[in-house]
Amino acid sequence: MNDEYAGDSSQWAFGTGFEDPLAGVDTTVPPGVDPAELAAYCLMLGDDALVMAQRLSEWCSRAPDLEEDIALANMALDLLGQARLLLSRAAAADPGVVPALPEGSPVPAEDALAFFRDAERFRNVRLAEVENGDFAHVVVRLLLFSVARLALLERLRASPDQVLAAVAAKGVKEITYHRDWAGRWFLTLAQGTEESRRRLEAALDALWPYQAELVAPHTGFGVDPATLRDEVDVVLDQVLAVSGVERPDRPPLSGTGRDGAHTAALASLLAEMQVVARAHPSGRW
Amino acid sequence: MSAAERAAEVARQVRDPEMPMLTLADLGVLRDVEVRGGEEVVVSITPTYTGCPAMATMRDDLVHRLRAAGFDRVEVRIVLDPPWTSDWITERGRAALREAGLSAPGPAPRRTGPIPLTLGPARSAPACPRCGSAATRLTSEFGATACKALYRCTGCQEPFEHVKEI
Repeated sequence: MNDEYAGDSSQWAFGTGFEDPLAGVDTTVPPGVDPAELAAYCLMLGDDALVMAQRLSEWCSRAPDLEEDIALANMALDLLGQARLLLSRAAAADPGVVPALPEGSPVPAEDALAFFRDAERFRNVRLAEVENGDFAHVVVRLLLFSVARLALLERLRASPDQVLAAVAAKGVKEITYHRDWAGRWFLTLAQGTEESRRRLEAALDALWPYQAELVAPHTGFGVDPATLRDEVDVVLDQVLAVSGVERPDRPPLSGTGRDGAHTAALASLLAEMQVVARAHPSGRW
Repeated sequence: MSAAERAAEVARQVRDPEMPMLTLADLGVLRDVEVRGGEEVVVSITPTYTGCPAMATMRDDLVHRLRAAGFDRVEVRIVLDPPWTSDWITERGRAALREAGLSAPGPAPRRTGPIPLTLGPARSAPACPRCGSAATRLTSEFGATACKALYRCTGCQEPFEHVKEI
């Protein structure tokens, strides 16, 4: 940055100051909640949103038409917003989760978490990270993802952590639209042409082994996603029944991204997402 | 006019960067303006959508306008709870939206229990803000900003934007 302008924030559309998405929000961890467990839980949900947002962003200018391009970008933006709040919440609850950066680094905690962790420290489900495919692939991915995320966020509105509860309450409104979008496109592709149905079924078959991870048990603070299995199944079965598509007979993959066991796709996603921030660890953005 | 009233008056006039026909107050984003010790202004705003990229611009606009009005110390705080709802758009805001050719939101859905999946045609379609025809069709539930959906009027054939009910 040119020092000539450094003192005058009006030169910059967004100012030069750090934009804290939790500015002024009380981030005190409530009594009875373990800060490390709360942080781990927020990281998990934040990483899901961040990695999914990155994959959806890759669709920019590639969707079948302008409206769907805008829809995918909007959903990416919603998820990026959720990721920022959740990563910030994790860092405020337990600063120990934030990677150490050189002293004096201006990188805020949410950016340190997004840009300075390697793949094995990410806690997202692998469904979020697998490479993009065709349009049917993103429809199926979003359906599986948003059905589970909506069920979880609905429950988290009553979280004892008020920050997480507030993020969930906003997220519910957003993910409701994502789930409807994915459900409608699922139905449209199923009832479209032979080719659209073939692609839809191929995408469902390829992504189904990743579905179970969304509702895998989690112990410690927070709503256990495993308790949402029936609820999630009811919604998925509803979409499958209306679309006349069979539930795939594919076993779940072993391991889980929640433990840092990721596919090779995450490392290449992160390499692209993180390269600029890592090249300039003292940069101000 | 007291300092508190003056600060509130200045803050209320700041416009939304993406929908400049609306003030932040009319959009329901401006939640509170407080003056502490007669000189420090604390403004509370809430995002419409979590990822709303206009938040930083709103914050900067508030700070600049209040500084220009003589308030040197301005703090902008984020409020997340209760979450923004389109019901907070004022009557004046709704009139301004219509004037600008946008369709104002109806009442936000009030739900108890699990949120139903909507696979059929979406919620009741809004009337065309240009010709008033009720014959409108949803093009996409996502528009140029997070808070708008795209519709097309089958009466006058014109597309229009509708501020979503959330």
